[in-house]
Amino acid sequence: MLARRIIPCLDCDLGVPQGRVVKGIEFKQIRYAGVPWELASRYYEEGADEIVFLDITASHERRETMFNVIRTTAKNVFVPLAVGGGIKSVDDVRGVFKAGADKVTVNTTALKRPEIITEIAEEYGSQACVVAIDAKRRDSPGEDRISVPTPKGESWFECSFYGGREFTGIDAIAWAMKAEELGAGEILLTSMDRDGTYDGFDLPLTDGVCKRVRIPVIASGGCGNAEHIFEVFQKTGASAALAASIFHYNEWGVDEVKRYLAERGIHVRI
Amino acid sequence: MTIAVVDYGVGNLFSIYNVLERIEAGPELITEPEDLVGAEGVVVPGVGSFGRCMRRLSRLEGALSEALEEGTPMLGICVGMQVLFERSEESPEEGLGWITGEVVRLPNSVLVPQMGWNTLSIKKEVEILEGIGEEDFFYFVHSYHCVPVDRSVLAATTDYGLEVAAAVSRDNLFAVQFHPEKSGQKGLRILENFVRLTKC
Repeated sequence: MLARRIIPCLDCDLGVPQGRVVKGIEFKQIRYAGVPWELASRYYEEGADEIVFLDITASHERRETMFNVIRTTAKNVFVPLAVGGGIKSVDDVRGVFKAGADKVTVNTTALKRPEIITEIAEEYGSQACVVAIDAKRRDSPGEDRISVPTPKGESWFECSFYGGREFTGIDAIAWAMKAEELGAGEILLTSMDRDGTYDGFDLPLTDGVCKRVRIPVIASGGCGNAEHIFEVFQKTGASAALAASIFHYNEWGVDEVKRYLAERGIHVRI
Repeated sequence: MTIAVVDYGVGNLFSIYNVLERIEAGPELITEPEDLVGAEGVVVPGVGSFGRCMRRLSRLEGALSEALEEGTPMLGICVGMQVLFERSEESPEEGLGWITGEVVRLPNSVLVPQMGWNTLSIKKEVEILEGIGEEDFFYFVHSYHCVPVDRSVLAATTDYGLEVAAAVSRDNLFAVQFHPEKSGQKGLRILENFVRLTKC
């Protein structure tokens, strides 16, 4: 039986030579967490099923730093590495793969030019193309929105781009379905309302997407402890859970989270 | 030369190269048929579509087939396993046909692709699975799966709501649907087992 995956996520600021891992709250209030390849190696040793690097600087001149981060990590870390942030073309994808990545995540570019999903899938296969969606809850869905019941009433979710700085008006759940159609192999679904809050995953959002796509969904945003991961696996069809802060600041080891889940009957790789 | 990694222009060979280097197998990326001469072992990776892999692999088919007949250990990985079969539902191109059977799409009853870690059910004792148990996990990512006509080639299967061929072997030919180069320490063990075979 396929195991549910635990994925530590490293948000990387590449403005310093080795890069550094940072973490914000609700996409703001940035805090320093460590050196990317060192954290990645630690999580690998602890049993991480995959590692995600997101370049939050995403500017052209810092690309070389990201390549170095990936290259150094890939020498010691033998689980899939996904890389995102600032991917604008198949050429960019080639660059990160050459450095040692196995998957890319696309967000802003895909919203602006959805064909890039198909282009990546054709060149490298769907499994290599993860569409990242940053979703914000909105009240009073109109006729043209996919409506989801939440504790705050019927809601819809809006896609954001440019790292949460701008909104698109696009329905996040409808976009996930469209991304699947275009060839995405996986959806990395982040709740902007929960990100960095430690309040737990957004279950209505996660469930809303999982029920409407037939590709794996990675739940992200809000993980504050192992119980939250248990909850998202028990109550939604999420294939994987992504977390950052709880791992970065030594609150939980990946191995501890997995033992917690296994004791409660969730099938994980130990 | 030691281990030839066939670089036929599909996807990402960094990971497999990197791991083979790490276990001191002396990998060499090869693109030309004549480069296969004298290889102690051959790794055939593969990502993307079956058809695209076959179109690019066809110019190496003769040289690969010769190496196989000479007894050189060969390891197909992921789509590199699928191309060993006769055909695939994914593409009209013919496969290498070294193993009788076809490659079919995973059914709609399960999430496609299968993406993530799964365990093996071991069907026969083979060298490349030495030291591997049924509690060990391997990283799979695929939308199609191989269905051999002769089930005796099955070395291991995995349970994804249906039985999926995870590893096949016949004489000096081996193939795995999962990615040993992305499957942590146990994946490295499989590649080490393969490399050991090439030194015999």
